[in-house]
Amino acid sequence: MQIDSSTPGVHPARLPRAHYEQNFCDSHAALNLAQARIEADRCYYCFEAPCQTACPTGIDIPGFIRRIADDNIRGSAHAILSANPLGGMCARVCPTEVLCEQACVRNAGEEKPVEIGLLQRYATDRFFEMPGAPLFTRAAPTGRKVAVVGAGPAGLACAHGLARLGHAVVLLDANPKPGGLNEYGLATYKTTNGFAQKEVDWLLSIGGIEVRNNTRLGVDVQLDVLVREYDAVFLGLGLAGVNAIGIEEPKAAGLRNAVEFIAELRQARAYAEVPVGRNVVVVGGGMTAVDAAVQSKKLGAETVTMVYRRGAAEMSASGYEQDWAQKNGVHVRHWATPKALLAKNGRITGIEFGYTRADGGSLVETGERFTLDADVVMKAIGQNFVAQPLGSALELRQGRIVTDDEGRTSNAKVWAGGDCRLGGRDLTVEAVEHGKVAARSIHEALGA
Amino acid sequence: MANLNTEFLGIKSPNPFWLASAPPTDKEYNVVRAFEAGWGGVVWKTVGEDPHVVNVYGPRYSALLNGDRRVIGFNNIELISDRPLQTNLDEIKRVKRAWPDRAMIVSIMVPCEEDSWKKILPRVEDTGCDGIELNFGCPHGMSERGMGASVGQVPEYVEMVARWCKTYTRLPVIVKLTPNITDVRHPARAAKNGGADAVSLINTINSIMGVDLGTMTMVPSVGKQGSHGGYCGTAVKPIALNMVAEIARDMQTAGLPISGIGGISTWRDAAEFIAMGCGTVQVCTAAMVYGFRIIEDLCDGLSNFMDEQGYASVEDMVGRALPSITGWSNLNMNHIEKAVINQDSCIQCGRCHVVCEDTSHQAITATKDGKRHFEINEAECVGCNLCVSICPVPNTITMRTLKPGEIDLRSGKPVPGEYANWTVHPNNPMSSTCAAATV
Repeated sequence: MQIDSSTPGVHPARLPRAHYEQNFCDSHAALNLAQARIEADRCYYCFEAPCQTACPTGIDIPGFIRRIADDNIRGSAHAILSANPLGGMCARVCPTEVLCEQACVRNAGEEKPVEIGLLQRYATDRFFEMPGAPLFTRAAPTGRKVAVVGAGPAGLACAHGLARLGHAVVLLDANPKPGGLNEYGLATYKTTNGFAQKEVDWLLSIGGIEVRNNTRLGVDVQLDVLVREYDAVFLGLGLAGVNAIGIEEPKAAGLRNAVEFIAELRQARAYAEVPVGRNVVVVGGGMTAVDAAVQSKKLGAETVTMVYRRGAAEMSASGYEQDWAQKNGVHVRHWATPKALLAKNGRITGIEFGYTRADGGSLVETGERFTLDADVVMKAIGQNFVAQPLGSALELRQGRIVTDDEGRTSNAKVWAGGDCRLGGRDLTVEAVEHGKVAARSIHEALGA
Repeated sequence: MANLNTEFLGIKSPNPFWLASAPPTDKEYNVVRAFEAGWGGVVWKTVGEDPHVVNVYGPRYSALLNGDRRVIGFNNIELISDRPLQTNLDEIKRVKRAWPDRAMIVSIMVPCEEDSWKKILPRVEDTGCDGIELNFGCPHGMSERGMGASVGQVPEYVEMVARWCKTYTRLPVIVKLTPNITDVRHPARAAKNGGADAVSLINTINSIMGVDLGTMTMVPSVGKQGSHGGYCGTAVKPIALNMVAEIARDMQTAGLPISGIGGISTWRDAAEFIAMGCGTVQVCTAAMVYGFRIIEDLCDGLSNFMDEQGYASVEDMVGRALPSITGWSNLNMNHIEKAVINQDSCIQCGRCHVVCEDTSHQAITATKDGKRHFEINEAECVGCNLCVSICPVPNTITMRTLKPGEIDLRSGKPVPGEYANWTVHPNNPMSSTCAAATV
């Protein structure tokens, strides 16, 4: 039987091989030399630049852009990476449209900000092609040892900061590879060609950081042991749990967490090997929902529908991401909440929704229902922090770890950063800043 | 990490970047901000005798802008310091004491009389500054009073005043030269003959920025009338580079330390001036357009360049490009280049064709086989480099050098391997009588 987009069920290889290459190449083409020069020239080199203020890691944006214009790529990369050691990845995935580019003064006159994200990518790409002498070196060893749990952006940034200051770092991660969401969670079209691993390799090249993969907190190591055996501990645990959609989930094939699908796709040997449904429904309205929906379409699903319980304005996916979903042929439906999953012979066949509306501050159902055919239903209504490995060691609130501005938890030897910490915006760049600040805070606390 | 430390006339600074004598170095407030930002040294805005001059109250500056309002050139009618001499001297002393590792040069302009110089020099010396710069360059306002450029254009005066300075101060003496002159080597030689320790150049160039066609008034104007001013900024860099090179190569002034000024905005500009013989460089316009923070990018870029190229210190680079300069008659007439258009990156705008057709040698096609296509016709191409200069796409039109023995389609003859210049060319009426041309 010839498999294509219209074949019912869940199948891999729905598309001709060549289509996969095209579908999953860079979603945003990188700037070439001519474009970089023109774009760099547009930067006004502002005083106390609003873009720099908007950047959670405080990158000297006018500085790095001017250095691109000056043919000082090394200097440009240094300006970026000293503020944000994951500046290469951030350049590819950061929602610049709501951060630096939104703050750019050129919005006022022309409604066209400087393409800061693409310029940052240009500088880091060029630098990594020919790094030359190391940008950063380790200070003299302090004799202190810090355990960093979680090799995602927060943990990597913390480890790098500590290594620069001369501390020995042991970096633990539950997965087979470091990188966290950068490696397992981001849409493939946002970062191609193994960039995530290359960036991690570069970051670790500073030395002094011992990586231990396949090591899970609460299973392979315990927090109280780490606190005893190390001078300090940093937790960058991320959000390991997936929110349930609140209705009965039958034991049927085709119902899965969006983050698992995204991770599977990222780690697959070939796109053609990843099965995808004919009709895919993604429940949720954030960037994870968008990534899962768009990538399902790119794998050859016939219809992909994203369903969110409120309206477009309330979706946590940015306007840019919502446009991106629609541009890629995803149907986005608003004001509907899941009511029942339909299954037959152990397979999902559809999902029933109830229309909703806002009534004052709360969400109410109108009473009307509709059903969507679905071979695959993905849950993407948010992730949550799994606190169980901590036992009752640290103070939590709203399900996340409570910290001060420097990342200090209720335990004097434990810091935390990234999504597992209360009060952030769940952005990669913010996780980096948490890790960076925590490294400095740990350094001061160790009195080294 | 490259070493940017510089020693110029025995004056130390942590990097070769000084701020030129100008509005940015007017007062303690400005200079302290500059040092906090990281500048290696400043030349304090020119001080003069009391009573101080007064400036107009609007406007003093105007700019030549490109389409995206980027400053290409800048013009000013501001005069020397409009504050009392003692105020300046007190501030200079205070700043030098607070910033001992930075170069502090004081620019001076007083009437062309020995007594005036004899009186002011000890007072300047007492500030503890590192050196003085003689302002012989202001093209406006002061020259009308017998100072500034009116001195700088007369070599005898330059020599005379330099000699007075060397007599009445132990400080190193830098003579700042005006470009508003036929041959800058004359005042440079005069400065050296008078005992000056170094020259700095260029000061600004006589200029009028434009005309307001609505009111038929020159730009800039104070009310209904305007006055010529001093031009500076990126546009003047090639003029400054040439004058620096002339002085560096002149047998009489070769080896005389030079502080380079004129359109230096990036580390690359600075490196070019250093390669032409400058021990330090002075910046003004770029600081006035972007603020003092550019010093970070200047130092970072220069340092990375030096590391990459293996220059351990700034001194290693000084004058490195000078041997490449010669007189026109010494250029190799047997070096043949042709333009090459990269068809993969050509965007087919056609500008190369039309300018070659209108203004050069008609060596670029517009069509090929009936289709829009731009290609070099080597039979007509003289290698003038016009197309390369105006092509909007980087690296799309380049020049290739013909190998010895290769047939030059334009002459029909093979390219000779040996070097031959105009002095031996049969068309040259002098060729039988001169050997190597003098520069």
